Amino acid sequence: MTDINLILILMIFGSIIAIETKDMLSSVVIVGVVGLFQSLAFLILKAPDLAIVQLVVEILSLVILLRVIIRKEESEPQPHHDYFPMLLGITLSALVLLFFFPIIHELPEFGHPIMRVAKEYIETGLGATGAPNLVSAIILDFRAYDTLGEAVVLFTAVCGALVVLRKTGRKKSGESETET
Amino acid sequence: MNKEPGMTLIVKTVTRLTVGIILLYGIYIVLHGHLSPGGGFAGGVIIALSFVHLMLAYGKDVALKKISMPVASMLESFGAILFISIAFLGFIGGYFFFHTLGKGEPFSLLSAYMVLLSNIAISLKVGCGLFLVLVSIALAGKEIKK
Amino acid sequence: MTYFLCMIVFAVGLYAVVAKRNLIKIIIGVMVMEYALNMLFVLFGYRLGGRSPILERYQEIKDIVDPIPQALILTAIVIGLATTALMVALAIRIYEKYGTFDITKIRKLRG
Repeated sequence: MTDINLILILMIFGSIIAIETKDMLSSVVIVGVVGLFQSLAFLILKAPDLAIVQLVVEILSLVILLRVIIRKEESEPQPHHDYFPMLLGITLSALVLLFFFPIIHELPEFGHPIMRVAKEYIETGLGATGAPNLVSAIILDFRAYDTLGEAVVLFTAVCGALVVLRKTGRKKSGESETET
Repeated sequence: MNKEPGMTLIVKTVTRLTVGIILLYGIYIVLHGHLSPGGGFAGGVIIALSFVHLMLAYGKDVALKKISMPVASMLESFGAILFISIAFLGFIGGYFFFHTLGKGEPFSLLSAYMVLLSNIAISLKVGCGLFLVLVSIALAGKEIKK
Repeated sequence: MTYFLCMIVFAVGLYAVVAKRNLIKIIIGVMVMEYALNMLFVLFGYRLGGRSPILERYQEIKDIVDPIPQALILTAIVIGLATTALMVALAIRIYEKYGTFDITKIRKLRG
């Protein structure tokens, strides 16, 4: 288990660097590297489906973030006047970590999961659906309602993004009208 | 700056060679979703990535000529309706999402017909939806540059 | 120990959402929180010395990693991409109207 701990420590360092640098381009690139580490960790945890999806989703979100950052000139930031948000952030993070300690004792030990529901899916998966890929059989046969919900959420998010980004034009007299 | 849209000559040549292979690879992952890792979501995102690759290298006019925006939104809605109608087919057997079409023999390409059809429907929906969002972000971002 | 390291990544993302002033840093913080949570769920289902849940021909079924968290997180990753795209669309609109990404200035200027 030392390789997963090593990857997690690298991810911690990467995310701390990504939110602290002043240069926007390098922080976006480091977030991309953190996503690639996550894909590598999924491969080590024996989940090849998730590794493929995480890799391509990371590339796409990098393209989206780079589109926002390039050619936006940013005025120079003011020095820190307020310490209140920083203290609030550190307090909330410490509270989250503190409340997680008793939960670890309730969970099963790492590496020995209780697979009460998964036992039936593994034993009858190939016979009931005819698909050797158990993850596809679960999301499209045994738990198809979740896939339906996910399709609805994706459709709604795409519609929302398209509505926000409609073209607006300004007339000379100062009033704006919208055109699709 | 460049007078013509898109990137340099090297990027355009490499794009012309590889964009068809990426699209074919995405379709392969969708169709073999029940035999090897992958499935509808991964294949759909890869298909969207191939069109985004074309748009980034050649400018958005060339990409919009291959698939225009009304066609893409119609394909996305068609994918969603196909998924719902596959679910309604289950009413023949007894309840919603019941798998009525047969199973075929395991480990071959044309088996588990429900899973195959659902993978194709989901890949259409995810691929076209993400391509639409990226084209809109690229179209909106160009207006800000003053 | 491994679970605790995952929660540290989540806490770093939470700090970025609460305490940063740049809008893009807030979006990056939400992305880091999503990475940590997806990793945590797959860690819950791991089995030491297990195999991936893809069956092969003529192989007996024993010692397979739990496939249910993988099936649920698969859709969660794609939904995370959709919410990132929506947040970036909103950020583009805010920049068009106010001319800056700083959240303390957005209240003061009137577009």
